[in-house]
Amino acid sequence: MAADLAVTRAALPGPHPTSLVEQTLAVARRAVLRTTRQRALIIFPMIFPLILFAINGSALSSATLIPGFPTHNYRDFLIAMPFIQGAMFVSITAGVDLAKDIESGFLNRLAMTPVRGEALLVGQLGGALVLGVIQAIVYLLVGLATGVTLRSGIPGALVLLALSVVIAFAFASLGVLLALRFGTGEAVQGVFPLLFVTLFLSSSSLPRNLIKTTWFRDVATYNPVSYLLEGLRSLVITGWDGQALALAFGFALAILVIALGLSQSAMKSRLTRT
Amino acid sequence: MSDRAAIQVEGLVREFRKGPRAVDGIDLAVSTGEIYGFLGPNGAGKSTTVLMLTTLLPPTSGRATVGGYDIVRQGAQVRATIGAALQEAALDAILTGREHLMLQATLQGLPSSERKTRTQQLLERVGLTEAADRRVGGYSGGMKRRLDLALALVHSPRILFLDEPTTGLDPQSRSALWEEVARLAREEGMTVFLTTQYLEEADVLADRIGIIDHGHIVAEGTPAQLKAEIGGPSVEVTPVSADDGDRLAELLTQFGEMRRDGNGSVAVQLPGGEAELAEIVRILDRADLHVETLQLHQPSLDDVFLNKTGRTLEGSGGAMARDASAAEDAADDTTAAGNRGRRRGRRRRGG
Repeated sequence: MAADLAVTRAALPGPHPTSLVEQTLAVARRAVLRTTRQRALIIFPMIFPLILFAINGSALSSATLIPGFPTHNYRDFLIAMPFIQGAMFVSITAGVDLAKDIESGFLNRLAMTPVRGEALLVGQLGGALVLGVIQAIVYLLVGLATGVTLRSGIPGALVLLALSVVIAFAFASLGVLLALRFGTGEAVQGVFPLLFVTLFLSSSSLPRNLIKTTWFRDVATYNPVSYLLEGLRSLVITGWDGQALALAFGFALAILVIALGLSQSAMKSRLTRT
Repeated sequence: MSDRAAIQVEGLVREFRKGPRAVDGIDLAVSTGEIYGFLGPNGAGKSTTVLMLTTLLPPTSGRATVGGYDIVRQGAQVRATIGAALQEAALDAILTGREHLMLQATLQGLPSSERKTRTQQLLERVGLTEAADRRVGGYSGGMKRRLDLALALVHSPRILFLDEPTTGLDPQSRSALWEEVARLAREEGMTVFLTTQYLEEADVLADRIGIIDHGHIVAEGTPAQLKAEIGGPSVEVTPVSADDGDRLAELLTQFGEMRRDGNGSVAVQLPGGEAELAEIVRILDRADLHVETLQLHQPSLDDVFLNKTGRTLEGSGGAMARDASAAEDAADDTTAAGNRGRRRGRRRRGG
């Protein structure tokens, strides 16, 4: 009888005959195919923020009468919100997709190949990237069609798209992290309302300096979602606000890096290859 | 360890945190080119063993090599050597069969120039050419299993693990899969480690069989050896009138070990083989005992299982053919996550 062996859950280095880039692209291609073939996943989550945009844009338009409100058109102020809401829906799509792979054993199938965890992780977000781009373009076009004016012009529109895609990517990585931690689609969906609460506890409806309730203003100030919204909003209302953009990109990238870092560790445990 | 052994297992143990030892110190060796049937009921430890041997689950203790590589220290080399179709055909319903194979070929590291050719070869081999560009969500259970097998073969592995590959399949799909597995071993010299809860499957396919129960291997050998171990055939006599049961038992008591059922029927072992049947008929005739049925039973793997474990194996071959859908209900015996929920199929006995 052989001596007992110590158990190790860490993945051993092995042959990786396909490059990391090629592996990532192959996994991403599958994620994109999944996303684009499930039209319901694209259309309905995209419509919901637009409905809220239409309702709030009409019902809360008198908010512009508050002294110090930064614009006379409430839709200019509100247009940032669908981008964030859409990104949150992307996080659920990405998380549920991965959770399905875990539940069905598809992740185990991939784990049997020499694929690297990083390729699985980043490739999995390929679908989220596509979804983020589609959503951002639609929200921008709908905004422009309903009278939103972009002070930063066409270059600003491109930056707006870039920022919204980074935000979608960051939220998607949060969804992936939840999937890897909990392993079920239900758990990922269960966390979604909590994510949504962070949107309403931000400067989504009013600028922070006009929020009179102290605790709400404090929460909104410490809430990174406020800075994501304000970065997007600055391109519409202000034009070019370096500080707002730096904070927005900074927070989005920080969320992305932290979530991906934690996801990488969670992926190693989840793959459980010797 | 034997140089020829494709799979060598010594004292392999897997404990889950909140459960008993799913695998409790098993030893086995599978030779190159052999089809090894790993037979056992739900929860016996079959899938846990496969998960360990395919490097997806670290063992708690013990040692195993697959293709000459240690499953703990050389996981990557083991994975490059093996193909595996695990218990549930883990496929993406949104993708087509061809897309599955192309993804697998890329991740397995096949050169880009060979991927399409290899994909087409495998689609033809498993008979999915026409369905290749249809989404897998529309495939039948048999088609999914065949695709699963093709995916396991993409990188031309030397050793193939099949974990209950025919569970829930109709008889036609099952036969097709058996043929392909037999062909892989016969023509390509592939070593096959096949877990099953179906006696017929093990009997038809396996060169050797290991029977696992409660995490222990309770018997091992060729199907013929295992059947021979438990003795000769038996005969079961059912009288027309159940009241004749006692008289029948008295007449047959001279032959060997006896078992009685409530309807008056008596089953008796025939250590002397089928030749004793004629004598039984003569005795019954002389006693003027009217018989409704008289059946000769050759020892089956189910008898072997009963003999070794004291209970009947669920999901026997005959029942499998009769009720594939019930077999489909048989849940995974164990998973890496320790999901032990399972539904048990009806108790069955092969003929």
